[in-house]
Amino acid sequence: MRSKFMALAVAGITAAATAGTALAADEQYVPMLVYKSGAYAPNGIPIAHGWEDYLKMINARDGGVNGVQMTWAECDTAYNNDRGVECYERLKQPTAAGVQPLSTGITYALIERATADEIPIFSSGYGRTSAAYGPVFPYVFSAPLTYWSGADVMVQYIADQEGGSLEGKKIALVYHDSAYGKEPIATLERLAEEEGFTLHLLPVAHPGLEQKATWLQIGRQIRPDWTLMWGWGVMNSTAIKEAAAVGYPMDRFIGIWWSGSEPDVLPAGAQANGYKSLGFHAPGSNYKALQDVLEHVYGGDEGAAKLRGWGDVLYNRGIFSMAMQVEAIRTAQGIHGEKTLTGAQVRDGWETLDLNDAKLSSLGFEGFTKPVQITCEDHEGGGQAFVQQWDGNAWNIISDWYMPRRDALREAYKADALAYAAEKGITPRDCS
Amino acid sequence: MLYREAGQFKTSYGADQAIFPILQDKLGMLVILALAVVVVPLLASTYMLNSILIPFLVFSMAAIGLNLLTGYCGQLSLGTGGFMACGAFFAYKLTTAFPELHIILVFLLSGLGTAMVGILFGIPSLRIKGFYLAVATLAAQFFLVWMFNKFDWWTNYSASGVISAPPREVLPGIFVTGTESEPVTKYYFLLGFVAVLALIAKNLVRSRIGRAWMAIRDMDIAAEIIGIRPLWTKLSAFAISSFYIGIAGALWAFVYTGSVEALAFEINRSFQVLFMIIIGGLGSILGSFLGAAFIVLLPILLNAGMLALDPTISSALVSHIEFMIFGALIVFFLIVEPHGLARLWALAKEKLRLWPFPY
Amino acid sequence: MGALPVRTIGIWMLAVPIAILAIGLAFKGMAAANPQFFFTWPYFIEVLIAGLLQGVMYSLVALGFVLIFKASGIFNFAQGSMVLFAALTIVGFIEMGTHWTIAFFITAGIMVLLAISVERIVLRPLVNQPHIILFMATIGIFFFLDGFAQTIWGSDVKVLDIGIPKTPITVMENANPSDPNDPWQYGILINQYDLIAAAIGAVLVAVLAVFFQYTRTGRALRAVADDHQAALSVGIPLKTIWAIVWSVAGIVALVAGIVWGGKAGVQFSLALIALKALPVLILGGFTSIPGAIVGGLIIGAGEQLAEVFLGPLFGGAIQDWFAYMLALFVLLFRPQGLFGERIIERV
Repeated sequence: MRSKFMALAVAGITAAATAGTALAADEQYVPMLVYKSGAYAPNGIPIAHGWEDYLKMINARDGGVNGVQMTWAECDTAYNNDRGVECYERLKQPTAAGVQPLSTGITYALIERATADEIPIFSSGYGRTSAAYGPVFPYVFSAPLTYWSGADVMVQYIADQEGGSLEGKKIALVYHDSAYGKEPIATLERLAEEEGFTLHLLPVAHPGLEQKATWLQIGRQIRPDWTLMWGWGVMNSTAIKEAAAVGYPMDRFIGIWWSGSEPDVLPAGAQANGYKSLGFHAPGSNYKALQDVLEHVYGGDEGAAKLRGWGDVLYNRGIFSMAMQVEAIRTAQGIHGEKTLTGAQVRDGWETLDLNDAKLSSLGFEGFTKPVQITCEDHEGGGQAFVQQWDGNAWNIISDWYMPRRDALREAYKADALAYAAEKGITPRDCS
Repeated sequence: MLYREAGQFKTSYGADQAIFPILQDKLGMLVILALAVVVVPLLASTYMLNSILIPFLVFSMAAIGLNLLTGYCGQLSLGTGGFMACGAFFAYKLTTAFPELHIILVFLLSGLGTAMVGILFGIPSLRIKGFYLAVATLAAQFFLVWMFNKFDWWTNYSASGVISAPPREVLPGIFVTGTESEPVTKYYFLLGFVAVLALIAKNLVRSRIGRAWMAIRDMDIAAEIIGIRPLWTKLSAFAISSFYIGIAGALWAFVYTGSVEALAFEINRSFQVLFMIIIGGLGSILGSFLGAAFIVLLPILLNAGMLALDPTISSALVSHIEFMIFGALIVFFLIVEPHGLARLWALAKEKLRLWPFPY
Repeated sequence: MGALPVRTIGIWMLAVPIAILAIGLAFKGMAAANPQFFFTWPYFIEVLIAGLLQGVMYSLVALGFVLIFKASGIFNFAQGSMVLFAALTIVGFIEMGTHWTIAFFITAGIMVLLAISVERIVLRPLVNQPHIILFMATIGIFFFLDGFAQTIWGSDVKVLDIGIPKTPITVMENANPSDPNDPWQYGILINQYDLIAAAIGAVLVAVLAVFFQYTRTGRALRAVADDHQAALSVGIPLKTIWAIVWSVAGIVALVAGIVWGGKAGVQFSLALIALKALPVLILGGFTSIPGAIVGGLIIGAGEQLAEVFLGPLFGGAIQDWFAYMLALFVLLFRPQGLFGERIIERV
């Protein structure tokens, strides 16, 4: 009985594998872990569309990357860690350019597997923060910012708003009670000590529909000067509604970049006006790369593009993160001089990726984001972030770009990464 | 024709009480084991091993555990995920605190620890019954997951609350956890582990304690009147079931995924295992394996099948349809055979005895 | 749901305020002993009210479970996805341009159809199976409906605005303006939406109570609930009754879906609120409609108070398990829940 099932399984899986990934000569394959179903689908869908559209645009506009057509296969993880692992195992190939897990939990689950398989993981603005330390995590890239950088930028912004000093201020952190939401706590605790503010931690249980008690505490008891949020999916819109329900001022409520997109604010209606969040790339569609997508993927049909989220925050994030991945592939092609690359070869491209201003504007991202330069040691790449605000119709950038104070952060990455290396018995690479 | 016990005479009580009293069953079992040991690793790709066979074996263990409690002792539990989390985190704490401790010992000890927790949460079963108990076990589920998520002592103060399995070897040089472990070694390790524990479980339910469980399941008051102590019997079922489930949790974290956060053991995991034993067959060790295979394979096959039929289909639609078919198939199976796949197998055996003759 | 004896009502009316006062005093004592805690009476009352209102919302979901369990002994896990399905359907029709009242009736019709097909396709073939099998079948329905609803209506977050104001109201503000540290200076904040939602819930319960108490169908339903066999023998058509019960549960799910969807947005996670209704159920008893209401109030108030006043002690996010622990604790004393029918066992 058991073996019969297995035989069936073999048949099914080989069929799927051959159908999905027949490789022609000049193709580069990108496995995509997406989530278009489940509790987090409203946020996962626009990102996946951004990825897909960018690759389509590259294929249509340039005939691929230096003539190498991009191919891809999707697998739906439902933001579920073990489904994510299964999807990864299903989609992985020696010639997989790299994988974007699109979930901090899945990133954690994949770090060891992908390292063993020599497939780069690109966790853009999420994932294991200390993986930014290249010597211990050779296959993980977290450009352009990590959560710790995000926390640092938030504190810098608040300090600016408060006239420079945070002494005696109260800051509350509302976070998704999971690996993702816990990431910034250590950094915020350190900054609280350094800058003299008090930090209140308020976890919210998955999926985040129940926040009444949390917001009663914030709005009626703690009354913090500022509230930060690490939320995802339905938790974001619920938080905004509950914040409004206790009369918390929206312009003192800042979300991380995963808590600042259209699906987060639209369900809250007018209550969300004034809500702020971080961003590391601009919202909107007024950039050449996005116009190219409109022209080459949608044939200029703006209505169709908008239906897929074109110009929305998360769609743009998908565009930007896929653009970085494509540039890593392009760089790697230059290094290795081959058409179809293995994951290990693409990794070399990542480690020499230099997206300076000139390069960004040649890609059509002028003013869209700040330069990123990845090295063997620094897998974060020195990105910057800004604060954006929702006005009821659109997200507007309301601050300058902030550079995270990375000296202290890098020390922290290194310490955490070395602790991991010690536990795992890994000898860090030499990057000098 | 082939499957007939005519002519096989039992000459001793021992022979009569064997697990596989019929020669064909014995041979069949040996063939399956031989297939599992020799053929499967030769044929299976890394994907098969990593994403199907390894989780199948881990889930089989959990399903056996829950089947002991729910199928044999009749105590409906929805706390499986919480107990799996116990096993995973106990094993992590043990092996990081005492790195020289052999990994098999770590797993067994974490199973024992989970058994203690199981007894604790089993105490209400003495007063609460049926669905009230099922919902009460959810208290264990939510509390345990919360506890492991909340107190970072359990994760050795990791910033994100994720534990990842350190490399451990089962024999010198042969790693079963960590990055250096090969899927094939993991598979063999699990196969051995699960086979031994399944054998123990099979014998347990045929022994005095198993009969006591079944008496309690069928009618606890009647069982009490004929002299079975409900306290001892119910708590032993909770303990032994939790022991198995705890080991399954540890295997899940260490051998299958390699790294977990507490949320991996949320309520859906409990339902998943419950599905396995109901689809497989309540009160059947074989059913635990069949159910685990069914529940592990079904979503993957549905998903892959739909993609094979139409590669351009959107992955969102695939997921939604997968949900629908999964739900519909469960209802269908329950209607066709409420006693599960194990019962179907038993019926098939009955048919086989006569085949090809009608009588 | 027979009339409650006067004595029981009397005991409750006395016991409840005393219990609330005792809990308040206990928290006050903790705050006095440890400055890390925060306690003022207005804040306590505010949290209590918020919890009670939240509890009514739980009751709305729990009600659907009770109806079905009472009439057919089935623990219908699919109630949560019925809530989601109903909410998605009504939003879908509203987005198509239908007026919301018409959309309501169309959706109610669809829920009735759904109920009848569930009875026909799933329950009828499973008559006489053990409860656990029926329970699993409803989980199967849960998965099916989840996938079905999303296949048709998509996974986006949808906004359902039924015109209930969401601004908070503050009462008893600045009762004592001369004292700047007066704990009453901020007043008591009440969420208008929750208040109106609770009123809707109350109306629904009243309608159901009248329906069960005074109509012919209602009497038949109660007869079935008491004893299937006896009901059959006096000529009550069991299958029709089941279809009716599932339809009523479907309409309860629709109301719950509208209320919850208006509050939280209509999306996938709505199905998960079923998990919040389970402790309510076991606390109140699976078979009692008043139990679902009282259970909801106790769970709602209990978990909010615990989260706000005890949560900081344990690092927060305790309300999920606290609700279950509270229910478990009550069960240890009353194994059939507060209002459940006494379980009589015979050998």
